[in-house]
Amino acid sequence: MSENNINITLDVWRQNGPADKGHFETYEAKEISTDSSFLEMLDVVNERLIDDEKLPITFESDCREGICGTCSLMINGQAHGPNKGQATCQLHMRTFSDGDHITVEPFRAASFPVIKDLAVSRAALDTIQHAGGYVSVSTGSAPDANLTPVPKDAADLAMDAAACIGCGACVAACPNSAAQLFTSAKVNHLNLLPQGQSERWKRVEAMVDTMEDYFGTCTNHGECYEACPKEISLDFIAFMNRDYVKAKIKNRKLAGQK
Amino acid sequence: MTATMEPSSKVSSPRLDSKVPQTDDIANMWENHKFSMKLVNPNNKRKFSVIVVGTGLAGSSAAATLAELGYKVKAFTFHDSPRRAHSIAAQGGINAAKNYQNDGDSVHRLFYDTVKGGDYRSREANVHRLAEVSVNIIDQAAAQGVPFARDYGGLLDNRSFGGAQVSRTFYARGQTGQQLLLGAYSALNRQIESGGVEMHNRKEMLDLVVKDGQTCGIVTRDLLTGEVESHSAHAVVLATGGYGNVYYLSTNAMMCNVTAAWRAHRKGAFFANPCYTQIHPTCIPASDDHQSKLTLMSESLRNDGRIWVPKEFDDSRLAADIPEAERDYYLERKYPAFGNLVPRDVASRNAKTVVDEGRGVGPLKNGVFLDFADAIARDGAETIKAKYGNLFDMYANITGEDPYSRPMRIYPATHYTMGGLWVDYHLQTTVPGTYAIGEANFSDHGANRLGASALMQGLADGYFVLPYTIGDYLADKLGDGVVPTSDPVFAAAEAEVADQTNMWLSVNGTKSPEHYHRELGKIVWDRIGMARDKNGLEKAGDEIATLEEEFRKNVRVMGDGTSMNTELEKVGRVSDFFGLAKLKARDALVREESCGGHFRVESQTEEGEALRDDDNFSHVAAWEWNGEGADQTKHEEQLEFKHVKLSQRSYK
Ligand SMILES: Cc1cc2nc3c(=O)[nH]c(=O)nc-3n(C[C@H](O)[C@H](O)[C@H](O)COP(=O)(O)OP(=O)(O)OC[C@H]3O[C@@H](n4cnc5c(N)ncnc54)[C@H](O)[C@@H]3O)c2cc1C
Ligand code: SF4
Ligand code: FES
Repeated sequence: MSENNINITLDVWRQNGPADKGHFETYEAKEISTDSSFLEMLDVVNERLIDDEKLPITFESDCREGICGTCSLMINGQAHGPNKGQATCQLHMRTFSDGDHITVEPFRAASFPVIKDLAVSRAALDTIQHAGGYVSVSTGSAPDANLTPVPKDAADLAMDAAACIGCGACVAACPNSAAQLFTSAKVNHLNLLPQGQSERWKRVEAMVDTMEDYFGTCTNHGECYEACPKEISLDFIAFMNRDYVKAKIKNRKLAGQK
Repeated sequence: MTATMEPSSKVSSPRLDSKVPQTDDIANMWENHKFSMKLVNPNNKRKFSVIVVGTGLAGSSAAATLAELGYKVKAFTFHDSPRRAHSIAAQGGINAAKNYQNDGDSVHRLFYDTVKGGDYRSREANVHRLAEVSVNIIDQAAAQGVPFARDYGGLLDNRSFGGAQVSRTFYARGQTGQQLLLGAYSALNRQIESGGVEMHNRKEMLDLVVKDGQTCGIVTRDLLTGEVESHSAHAVVLATGGYGNVYYLSTNAMMCNVTAAWRAHRKGAFFANPCYTQIHPTCIPASDDHQSKLTLMSESLRNDGRIWVPKEFDDSRLAADIPEAERDYYLERKYPAFGNLVPRDVASRNAKTVVDEGRGVGPLKNGVFLDFADAIARDGAETIKAKYGNLFDMYANITGEDPYSRPMRIYPATHYTMGGLWVDYHLQTTVPGTYAIGEANFSDHGANRLGASALMQGLADGYFVLPYTIGDYLADKLGDGVVPTSDPVFAAAEAEVADQTNMWLSVNGTKSPEHYHRELGKIVWDRIGMARDKNGLEKAGDEIATLEEEFRKNVRVMGDGTSMNTELEKVGRVSDFFGLAKLKARDALVREESCGGHFRVESQTEEGEALRDDDNFSHVAAWEWNGEGADQTKHEEQLEFKHVKLSQRSYK
């Protein structure tokens, strides 16, 4: 074993489809380079399983640089693993030591059904977006971009919210499986900008209501922030709640007190 | 491999009608052409259905815009959500000829830079149109709420990028692709919500269906259930991205592949210039054999970072211990006008040269330094952090080294593919009714793409070009229904897809699809990488064919075909990479000139610069499929340059 290699033991959740009950299986991962990423370590484990004619572990990833939001693992009970501000694919084996025992599970939440092994469906997050995560501006109808100056702080704050990669770690980390951090990131990205004002109240009400159809209730644990690979601020939840309360009143007024 | 040396015919093949309007007035060509195209009246648009495959920048923007116009749109992606497309990873920015900085930019200059940057191997008419609509993209994206960087007055900020001497690149921190994709995805969401777009996630297109020479739909496989389905439409738009992963290691996302384009090729769409690949100069060097992909450090870093290697061979000292006089800032030395901002191909090749000479840095001696010490001394660490903070963090995380206190190590990696499906001025392939947009087509970047131009092209195609040109095709079909999916042509295509799936599951060999992909990638990188020669290319053809034969007999695909099976997904994609790799070798072999990203060792100047051969190769090579086992036929589209004067590129 070279000095950059470690041996670890993995307890991995295996579940052969949505209907299967699922169970943990233990694998010895030997001679893993500390320069590899966590997912490259799983690639190696999988190639070895295939060599032994065993089913490889199903997990999802794509960009492997922390931006697409596809990777989604609970590592030792933590969404995206132990390092703050990182997605699973950014976690490197140098974080671990020789002899470590690591538990690997899927993101768990009632609204994230397991597809197979470590892969889950996060389609419910898109549904929230469909409800109002846009500015209604058809192609070709936009004025010159510099006609609407955006104060730098507003642009920066909107960008802070817009950095959310839609991974769902906030939901997986939350004891209530609430999606407040995700939804607040999406709502505030647009509600903080001048371009998002016309639909501000309608947007927040529709998105929050849709969120509540699928996800649990927020009781301010803050676990979401701890797990979030983009460190989306909890303040956004406060902004969203404020807008939501206002919206409830405004939208009624706008609709003629119906 | 037997090289069939087709001498250039110097006239365009009759099979390649570029549909470029016959006018010398390039500035008004697109405007006038829009007027001359047929229109579908608003009430009739809903009678047409259009399939869009792919939801990256090109696909999302096209699907949303077509639905806004009233077409019935079905969109497909193999991702679990449209917003996960590879476009999300673009970092640096998007070009547009806004001239907000008042530094002399114009549509003509962007056009000129792009044609020159592409080493005069792109179609002038397309590039001019691209430059024209670039300004609309920024307006559209800003209105959607894309949080572009702003200056203190609240107006849009710009940076400059390789290959340009003006500041025309718009950006959103280091996440421009993410933000533009979220913008296009939001437009798509609005249409999904209103019923204008029927969205199909986790479905992979595995065939294009053509009846009597006209496109009639696609066949998909549901990646969760294995179900094979047909979908019919009046037209199909392929927005399925590039083929950079033929190299195995690249900066592309893991799932990027050529399958959709390749299956369309097999159904009659000509594949153009497959030898053109961009090798990006600023990536993090590989650290070991299990490397699964390479990470790009945005090229914008070259604005402030200085590239150098030690003058000495095999110098193992730390950067800090190498005095100024013993450093070779080779780009600044060789190209005083552009310095570290030379185009990507020039920067990449020069890095390869110094590393091959034995002046590489890092534990594996496989990189060059990108040094920010001067920039930090000049502007302060805070300013540099504000500009590049997330890139520096990314680098530190991957390498375990701190780029604020020691130079980064970088090396070129495959990044972008300029080749792709041949399309005419309308972005239509050689199969009537099938269109290709974004990185999947070949049209705008010639032999080399300038930084920040892919996002521009994807969105130009999707928002502002295809939605017009597709009407010209559809207008003639008013009253024609779609071919029903009960038609035998669909049944046959479905059966073929199902048979293939079963075939892969029954090979029962010994090595994973990943293994063969990795081995294929090594051949392609060694032989069809940054420098290519006749001997190597001929060998590549043979080596790829031999490996492919083994792959077909010996691949092991675990699991079943009726539930999620990433091995099964992978094997089909690897099989198409083999087909593409063979064509790529052949295309590179017959293009006996150097141009842009295609450097033929035999064709260089005395100083070692790429030497074009305009007399013989000022053409697009578009390859026609002739059936399994037969060689493709090469067709040429001659390129005419009326508005840009051809010159050997010089960045000195
Ligand atoms: C790391 C990185 C950084 C970059 N930075 C920049 C930059 O700063 N500026 C710039 O201009 N360019 C940049 N580029 C290039 C640019 O990002 C891409 O060229 C561009 O985003 C491609 O967009 P696209 O819409 O054509 O394809 P993609 O975004 O690749 O989308 C392809 C889509 O097709 C779908 N698909 C593919 N095949 C199938 C199939 N068979 N069935 C169903 N769906 C399918 C996928 O699911 C996906 O939705 C960068 C590229 C990389 C790799
Ligand atoms: S808020 Fe953070 S954890 Fe939640 S989806 Fe967005 S990026 Fe992921
Ligand atoms: S794989 Fe894209 S964020 Fe991890």
